[in-house]
Amino acid sequence: MPACADQELLLGGLIDNELDAANVALVEAHVARCEDCREELERLQAVRHRLRTDGVRHVAPESLSSRIAALPELAPPRSANDNRILRWLGPGVIGALAASVAMVTLLPPGTDSVVDQEIVSSHVRSLQPGHLTDVQTTNQHIVKPWFNGKIDFSPPVPELADVGFPLAGGRLDSIGGKTVAAIVYHRRLHTVNLYVWPAKDSAERSFVKDGFAVTEWSRNGLRYAAVSDIPPAEVRQFHQLFEQRSS
Amino acid sequence: MKVIAPSLFTPKRPAGAVQMQQFHALILPHLDGAYNLARYLTCDATLAEDVVQDAMVRAFRAFPQFRGGSPRAWLFAIVRNCCRTAQASSAGRVALVIHESSLGEEAAAQLNDHADPRPTPEEEAMRQADVGLVRAAIEAIPEPFREAIVLRELEELSYAEIAEVTGVPIGTVMSRLARGRAMLAKELLPQDKAADEQSRSAS
Repeated sequence: MPACADQELLLGGLIDNELDAANVALVEAHVARCEDCREELERLQAVRHRLRTDGVRHVAPESLSSRIAALPELAPPRSANDNRILRWLGPGVIGALAASVAMVTLLPPGTDSVVDQEIVSSHVRSLQPGHLTDVQTTNQHIVKPWFNGKIDFSPPVPELADVGFPLAGGRLDSIGGKTVAAIVYHRRLHTVNLYVWPAKDSAERSFVKDGFAVTEWSRNGLRYAAVSDIPPAEVRQFHQLFEQRSS
Repeated sequence: MKVIAPSLFTPKRPAGAVQMQQFHALILPHLDGAYNLARYLTCDATLAEDVVQDAMVRAFRAFPQFRGGSPRAWLFAIVRNCCRTAQASSAGRVALVIHESSLGEEAAAQLNDHADPRPTPEEEAMRQADVGLVRAAIEAIPEPFREAIVLRELEELSYAEIAEVTGVPIGTVMSRLARGRAMLAKELLPQDKAADEQSRSAS
């Protein structure tokens, strides 16, 4: 039996999670009463199940990935290091050759500039709608445990609201191929991303890249990088406050 | 194979490093999705590869104009346009009808592609046959419905994103999905298929 004509689009919207609460309630109430629509709903779900069988979705063949990677437009600019292209070429393409080149060129001091660049890019990316925080809260006691089990280190998450840097939340991110904790603070209308990852202690440094101020420091086997579009002096101030409060 | 105009390969001044990195971070991860869409729109493996390569070059050139929103929807809209262009230029090309024999080849090729160990060969063959069936059913429905179904069911785009890619209102997206699903139900659900054939032979 066909479903009620006036419910057809709503049933689709229901399985697609595209209805607002009021419509969900309406269509669910209707489905509870109407056997035909109940069957139709099951049919829609059965079709979805078939369509989502592994392998129905085509995956770009290796030949295409390597063609794309070889496009001159997409080659990294001269200043960039080889590791980015390596990451994008994916496993197996260029393979041994690139790997051996990388062995020679990836070691410091080249690594620094790539990580710097990634910190800034990751910050920019995080400002896109919906990307900033995985756990959104102003409560340090929620952010800190949220990282447990997701990363194998435990970054301090001090409360800094009273000194002008309210906590906004946290998320996982990736810098230089490593999973890092990103703790998000606000400064007026600006966002400060603080990336934390385990690394050997090295010197504190501040720099400005593409207009973003970055301050990096090490403490207790963790490396910190704070990045924001606020003035560099305020990022350094953030560093000092963070250090005071987390010790 | 379609020859890409040499102008596409003219080296340009290297773009800013940030822009390059953003392109790599936001756009390139959707290569599989782009290929999947192109593959179902063109129903042709070779053409789909050319289309995606073309689309990536165009996307890269247009990237400075990308103003937030869904990077995937943005890329897919370009892929879709490139499919249109490619299909127009190869006018007279008929959508491939997949015969069972060629499906067998494709399935075999796929088996070789995946080197990772799988269940028993019988199970794998069953699964491949099923995949072939579902793929053929999708390819058989008319393009507006096929496009909506691929974007929603395989790429899991939201209605708003599908509307953005296909340039139609959300209401149209919803009705295309409903019709597409109804057509697929007839092909893919055993009881529906039987009922359909019965009514056809009765009339």
